[in-house]
Amino acid sequence: MKRERPQSFNTVPMKERLTIPRQEMPEQDAGLRSTNFLEVNLGLTPEQALVEAQRCIECKSPTCMEGCPVSIKIPDFIQLICNEDFIGAAKKIKEDNSLPAICGRVCPQETQCEEVCVMGRRFEPVAIGRLERFVADYAMQHDDGSKETFQGPTSSGQKVAIVGSGPAGLAVASDLIKEGHEVTVFEALHEFGGVLVYGIPEFRLPKSILRKEVATLETMGVKFVKNFIVGRTMTIQELMADEGYDAVFLGLGAGLPRFMNIPGENLNGVYSANEFLTRSNLMRGYDFPEWDTPLYRAKHAIIVGGGNTAMDAVRTAKRLGADEASIVYRRSEEEMPARNEEIHHAKEEGVKFMNLVNPIEFISDDQGSVVAAKCLRMELGEPDASGRRRPVPMEGSEFIMDVDMVVIAVGNGSNPLISQTTPEIETNKWGNIVADEDGRTSMEGVFAGGDIVSGGATVILAMGAGRKSAVAINEYLKAKVGSST
Amino acid sequence: MYKITKAEFIAPNVKSFILEAPHIAKKRQAGQFIILRVHDKGERIPITIADSNAEEGWINIIVQGLGKTSAHLNTLETGDHLQDLVGPLGLPTHIENWGTLVCMSGGVGTAEALPIAAAGKAAGNRVISIIGARNKDLIIAQDQMSQVVDEVRISTDDGSAGRHGLVTDVLQDLMDEGVKPDMIVAIGPLPMMAAVSNQTKEIGIPTMVSLNAIMVDGTGMCGACRATVGGKTVFVCVDGPEFDGHLVDFKELGSRQRMYKKQEEESHKCFLERQMKKMKAEQMQEEV
Repeated sequence: MKRERPQSFNTVPMKERLTIPRQEMPEQDAGLRSTNFLEVNLGLTPEQALVEAQRCIECKSPTCMEGCPVSIKIPDFIQLICNEDFIGAAKKIKEDNSLPAICGRVCPQETQCEEVCVMGRRFEPVAIGRLERFVADYAMQHDDGSKETFQGPTSSGQKVAIVGSGPAGLAVASDLIKEGHEVTVFEALHEFGGVLVYGIPEFRLPKSILRKEVATLETMGVKFVKNFIVGRTMTIQELMADEGYDAVFLGLGAGLPRFMNIPGENLNGVYSANEFLTRSNLMRGYDFPEWDTPLYRAKHAIIVGGGNTAMDAVRTAKRLGADEASIVYRRSEEEMPARNEEIHHAKEEGVKFMNLVNPIEFISDDQGSVVAAKCLRMELGEPDASGRRRPVPMEGSEFIMDVDMVVIAVGNGSNPLISQTTPEIETNKWGNIVADEDGRTSMEGVFAGGDIVSGGATVILAMGAGRKSAVAINEYLKAKVGSST
Repeated sequence: MYKITKAEFIAPNVKSFILEAPHIAKKRQAGQFIILRVHDKGERIPITIADSNAEEGWINIIVQGLGKTSAHLNTLETGDHLQDLVGPLGLPTHIENWGTLVCMSGGVGTAEALPIAAAGKAAGNRVISIIGARNKDLIIAQDQMSQVVDEVRISTDDGSAGRHGLVTDVLQDLMDEGVKPDMIVAIGPLPMMAAVSNQTKEIGIPTMVSLNAIMVDGTGMCGACRATVGGKTVFVCVDGPEFDGHLVDFKELGSRQRMYKKQEEESHKCFLERQMKKMKAEQMQEEV
């Protein structure tokens, strides 16, 4: 598909654009923020956003869009920023991404749009993520979503059930409500957002932002039902046969924490990252006892793992008052899957990194609480199946360190709830739902996408999968009408 | 919000709630539980469903006011609402015709054992119920139990009703009388389930226990409720709540149940102080 080139509003001469420095986003001071749960990044100012947008050199064939899993029209929205039409820029993004305030915060832009930005070959790439976040926030503040004049097409009379209100489900809901279908999102927990509400901490993604994004979908006509577990409260078959849903999308998330299967893992004070973060984020354990859910406040916490979840957990432990909060990772920093920004922020906040270390046992006191971790030092050997060099234990390197909390952040398996109650839906040996590229499962009318299909990945990849499924669901529903008339 | 259509104390500090929950009532089977939140800053706690009625759209839970949340819950009255209610959770009880089934229950566990005893009877078993309590005032659901099983026996710690002793003593009495149980179901406080499992392991009677672990989401997502059964880690919420009592590591589970003891005491104290203030303020108002 050929894209019309956007009108250029950038008046800065081409050569000068190369000399403008990439605009740094203001942040809360590291010393201060490591004691509170307020957002770390403060967002670009309008002046900064304008300058940053003017760095775009308007490539003839822009590669940035190819780097985006949902193909946001990046050059177009940047030009609208150059024209100081910030709300217009936000609307341009929303044509392809219904949750820009969230993606502007949590997308790994450095490995997506910004990695392929032509500017980045010789200079620093345009800060596309920061610009996305800026216009999304600006539009939220200045253009109340509830006033948005959304004119849906006439009702199709067809009903779609979306299971799970995480990134995949919200993306599907947004796309299908625009097609005139009746859309209901079912959520097992008492708040909407899935991993965005239980997993990602307030200091990275404020809940108020998420609630506004959900409220916007509600004003567009999406129905949200909480405390409803599809598979238990009602099965997929019942939704379709008894409740009249024509199609179902399963965006369940990964959601079954993996452990290391080492001695002492069930001691008190040893958490899965999911539990630790859920207690803190969804249940507001950091405000205990004003909020009822308790949470350990450790003096010396270790977090096992090197992904974004591990960074979220270690920074949470620090904020809860740990004297020492350390990452324990069996490879080196180079192999860490976490975003550079998260690693950098964690270091600034005083997080210690113990790389090339792997725990082999947790040791308890006489009350069953963890008091120490027995670890081995590792070295990197030959590359493994993932292409990364395999960590190998060093002989005689065993050591013990005192810890009073351990968080295991080594990934998630797949949730067994749907496969327990809907054997018709084919799953693979890891328990992930088998779906084709467009999300079709082995059960007619049932689609799936996000982590439940791919295994643990990112918010934006889940949204991308959701959007592909939305296209397929729409086609399926149209064909269904066609065949029944 | 989820309406409480009836709330009444059935024993000291033990309250029975009928909750409006048509979806849950329709699906619920014996052995399953719900998770609820009392208020908008509340924690999520699991409670076994004691009874339900699909046609009338209600479920029944029995709550002993032990910690902050259950104490708060027990201040709610008919017509009040719960903040959140979700279920039914967990795998239903596996019921078959074993022959002679002995249902041993302690404290509020009797309310939870009742649907299992009834299902066991319906499957053709001869069902004997052993109800244990600290004293006679704390015995609940004895009448309902009598209506569904072949025989009910009571034990109390202080001897104020039935046999002076523990449920394990009553089981021994039964066997001394020549009863040969084919299956035991034990539901109640952890030490009681551990004691029963210990006793029946020695004499080789299969025993099923219903574990109560600390939970957050209840759908397998967080792993708070993990327990060791047969040397393997299980999640009580999705793999249970019922397990082979002979394989459960009760010591570990007991210690995990006490994980937040200190915080729970702090939270409970805060709650009681607030209640006290409220009562005093009401009293002052009355005096004015």
